[in-house]
Amino acid sequence: MNLITLSPWDLGWAALAVLVLAAISLREGLGIERTLLVAAVRMAVQLILVGYVLKALFTTVNPWLIGALALAMVGMAGYEVRARLKRKLVGPWGRWLATGPLFLSSFAVTLFALLAVVGAEPWYHPRYAIPLLGMMLGNGMSGVALVLNHLLATVPARRDEIEQRLMLGETRDQAMHDIRREAMHAATIPLINAMTAAGIISLPGVMTGQILAGAPPVEAVRFQLLIMFLIAAGSGFAQVMALKLTVARLFDARGRLRLDRMG
Amino acid sequence: MPGLNVSQLSAGGAGPYTLNVPPGECVGLIGASGAGKTRLLRAISDLDPHEGEVTLDDVPASGLPGHEWRRRVALLPADPRWWHATARAHLPEGGAGEAVAPEQLGLADELLDRTVARLSAGQRQRLALLRLLAREPHCLLLDEPTAHLDPESAARVEAVVAAYRQRTGAPVLWVGHDAAQLERVASRVLRLTPEGIRSAPEGT
Repeated sequence: MNLITLSPWDLGWAALAVLVLAAISLREGLGIERTLLVAAVRMAVQLILVGYVLKALFTTVNPWLIGALALAMVGMAGYEVRARLKRKLVGPWGRWLATGPLFLSSFAVTLFALLAVVGAEPWYHPRYAIPLLGMMLGNGMSGVALVLNHLLATVPARRDEIEQRLMLGETRDQAMHDIRREAMHAATIPLINAMTAAGIISLPGVMTGQILAGAPPVEAVRFQLLIMFLIAAGSGFAQVMALKLTVARLFDARGRLRLDRMG
Repeated sequence: MPGLNVSQLSAGGAGPYTLNVPPGECVGLIGASGAGKTRLLRAISDLDPHEGEVTLDDVPASGLPGHEWRRRVALLPADPRWWHATARAHLPEGGAGEAVAPEQLGLADELLDRTVARLSAGQRQRLALLRLLAREPHCLLLDEPTAHLDPESAARVEAVVAAYRQRTGAPVLWVGHDAAQLERVASRVLRLTPEGIRSAPEGT
């Protein structure tokens, strides 16, 4: 089979389409041109750099270098998830309640996949470890941001309802029952939609990429299923953890709602 | 001391307040807007952090989990909230329990199957009292419980509260603006100021 490799010129033509979109935005006064171009350039730089980093890692397969890259990715994901939160808890809690669950869940699910499912030799081979961790972090980040943004926007808005339920003798978890469900629902819907549409309306990214790169479709589908299952679990675990910890922090030991702990 | 005892209670810069409501008695609490009436009730039911101690029949608030204390020392807020669709869904296991029959508060059974949004402000206020009493609290903190009611409905609420405290021996702290009503329902009327509590002067 003839595999097509893309030259910088080929990519230039694709980038031109983005420039046209930016020009239209400028002409119509829609105001997305600047952010669009900055994001596109930023993406190009990041991806080209990571391409070279991965190339180096694949040739050396050095566990220390792989670990260092994994930590750097985790650090960036932690920064990104905090940047996406519209409201935060005050103090060091604000940082760790979002990033802690993301780290734990991403690492745990990636390790599980590498050791129990993929079985590469060595198990930490960067060809599998880095993309899997990246998938976990990327999706977990969105999930945690969605669940916490929903929670931290809803709790102050529905303070009276929550406190009314406390006045009737309900526990923290009883009073938060509906809001917890809604937050979890809001954060899980994009994943459910992606799983529902997969294969019918959209061809998901991993298998699209593999197919374009010349892999047999059925093999590509297997990898896609693995990734989707891991994403669903990893993102969901992180959401549940972040939700539980944040709800616990929003109430004190006497079960009182403490909005003064929100920034 | 049996009954509700509030000792040196201060919250949110108001107080300290000290008062006692003996078992089965009703004490009225009156005071200008912003005098801290709602803040005091919230602190007694342990909804807000506070200084000082509250006991009910010699059991301190700290001796029970927060939710259990709030179930016993029940606060009826001036503006009750609803989250289920129907009125009935807000009652424990869908019923009003032994404490009080809905009819005593002028709430016909078919009203309970309506959505809360379709009830009048007065019906909702009486439903809030029904919902509270159905959980059989040991003490009542009532924040303007008849504010939206016509005189006839207000009289029903007064009668239901009096019957409840006489039957169960629950102390009642009744916050209101209507001095004549407080004289009627309470054995004692106190005046609340941000600095503390004193007996209401004659003619308030």
